[in-house]
Amino acid sequence: MTTMTVIEAVRSTLDEEMARDDRIFIIGEDVEAGGVFRATDGLHAKYNDRVIDSPLAESSIIGISIGAAHYGLRPVAEIQFADFIHSGFDQLCSEASRWCYRTNGDAYLPMVVRTPWGGGVHGGQHHSQSIEAYYAHMPGIKVVAPAFPADFRSLLKASIADPNPVLFLEHKRIYRLIKQEMEGAPAETQLSRARVTRKGTDLTIFAYGFMLHESLNAAETLSGEGVDCMVVDLLTLNPLDKETVLESAKATGKVLIVHEDTLTGGLGGEISAIIAEEAFEYLDAPIKRLAAPDVPPMPYHHAMEDFFMPNREKIAAAARALAAY
Amino acid sequence: MTATRTRRTRSRETIEDYLLSEQQLEDMYYHMLLARRLNERMLALNRQGRAPFVIAGAGQEAAQVGAAMALKKGEDYVAPYYRDLGVNLVLGMTAREAMLNLLGKRDDPNSHGKQMPSHWGNVSRRIVTQSSVVTTQFLHATGIGLAAKLRKDPIVVLTSCGEGSTSKGDFHEALNFSAIHKLPVIFFVENNGYAITESNEKEMPVPNVADRARGYGIQSAMVDGMDCIAVYQTVRPAVDQARRGGGPFLIEAKCYRLWPHSSDDDDSRYRPKKELEEWIKKDPLTLFRSRVEDDGIFPREDLDEIEKRVEEEVRDAAQWAMMQPDPLPEDALTYVYRELS
Repeated sequence: MTTMTVIEAVRSTLDEEMARDDRIFIIGEDVEAGGVFRATDGLHAKYNDRVIDSPLAESSIIGISIGAAHYGLRPVAEIQFADFIHSGFDQLCSEASRWCYRTNGDAYLPMVVRTPWGGGVHGGQHHSQSIEAYYAHMPGIKVVAPAFPADFRSLLKASIADPNPVLFLEHKRIYRLIKQEMEGAPAETQLSRARVTRKGTDLTIFAYGFMLHESLNAAETLSGEGVDCMVVDLLTLNPLDKETVLESAKATGKVLIVHEDTLTGGLGGEISAIIAEEAFEYLDAPIKRLAAPDVPPMPYHHAMEDFFMPNREKIAAAARALAAY
Repeated sequence: MTATRTRRTRSRETIEDYLLSEQQLEDMYYHMLLARRLNERMLALNRQGRAPFVIAGAGQEAAQVGAAMALKKGEDYVAPYYRDLGVNLVLGMTAREAMLNLLGKRDDPNSHGKQMPSHWGNVSRRIVTQSSVVTTQFLHATGIGLAAKLRKDPIVVLTSCGEGSTSKGDFHEALNFSAIHKLPVIFFVENNGYAITESNEKEMPVPNVADRARGYGIQSAMVDGMDCIAVYQTVRPAVDQARRGGGPFLIEAKCYRLWPHSSDDDDSRYRPKKELEEWIKKDPLTLFRSRVEDDGIFPREDLDEIEKRVEEEVRDAAQWAMMQPDPLPEDALTYVYRELS
């Protein structure tokens, strides 16, 4: 019996992978000392020069990982907070995402960029952001955002094994909040599949990361009221598992998409378009999106932060209204 | 192709003043000339409406060829920039391949029609794929240097850019990181005087790119980039030193962009005619030819013969490449991801 938190799953997986394959190395800010969330705790002592502190320069972290991956190593880069990744946007989107495409597969980049994302930790505008939509928009980069420790483990392994650049998103609110017995827990191994985490017949909730847990909680509340919610964990945001999205939407005919990213241009729009285009006849209600309001960043003060973020109560209210439609 | 006269075999012994052998000097001239003549033919094809875009390295051949010849072919890595036709030719690109690249043909080994011309890349020749975004390649080179150091492989990476690129953050980040970790990276800046329309004074407040190295604790050198032999003699020791673990080196080759920025640019709008005329007098091809001729290394006929050989090669390459297959429209959908092997 091994119970693990998310951060323990990440750390132990990095350790195991580095022991297995000496081409893997870690680069990022403060990683030698274990990182600000302790994801690389103890790894420098064990793997020496394969855990490398970088200067405070995100373009370097990603650009250097590109070079090293091209050379044949397996970099696992850490961007300390997802909010700071954008100075490496050029390296990810103008370079990494198209390395394989523009060489017709002659060159490719087996690299992972791990980064803590998301709000609910009083992090204000630059320690709370949801960044997934910018990067999920870009073909050539895979974007993963698990919710449970067992998936963190299996999908981190899959990301390291993948010959393409993978952005591996770790919601910081659940690092220590969510624990799971690892043995026998469902663990997705493909970077292309969503999972029906909770079965249900009245409506379908799509979520990922911290919001997946809030959605499961809301579903529990609603089941006491006689509303049976299906909850789908999207797991990989690019490429999206269209098949599971469509099947789960068709199964209930009512769809609620939840994310803490802002509404306009968020992934909810894409999922809703897929369902509207390919499952329109199955719908019994308009598709509903629950997302953060269209303001630039997450505000700092807890009153405004709570207002900004979707949560279990807001999800339950939205689901209740949808069930009644 | 039949030789009209018998020429003596080139010696491979190093000539003292040059630090190069006769054979190397011939290769040098051949590659510089091939780069120039290819560029001329490319521009002609553009004007005939056969090639949508040309971006050339005229005036920078000495810098490119001299620097590339200092590397171990097939072992060392290069992360070049779009003007570096000369670098690619030294490392093995053929005239035919250069023309396939110009025309975006299916079999262009650089990108099979997916990139604009002159965006190089060839895995087997260790030429790193590059984009139009300037200086990103400096960090790729740094990453290759780091990887080589981790694996204890005795290789060197040479990455190049124009001086315009040196204002970008990636330039500074790459210098900083490679200096911290003493990586085997040669940063080679071809200062050609212009970033499209902007002259050096608009790009930086110091007279030389090389001056910036000191701030990062990197050794640097400046060299006359119109003089291929001088470039080789400057780059070679830096490469050898980096291979022995001596760390990165920044080299600024002062050269000149003899042509407009690209086939779509009109340089008469911003470039003083007199300035151009002065630099034309220092054309690297003329300079090289007169030196080896004056020093009696090669008789004039030998150099004429190389000219002829190159011209024939370029003519053949253009004709051949135009007959080669284009990519299929649906090839636009291929290789977005690499499959798990």
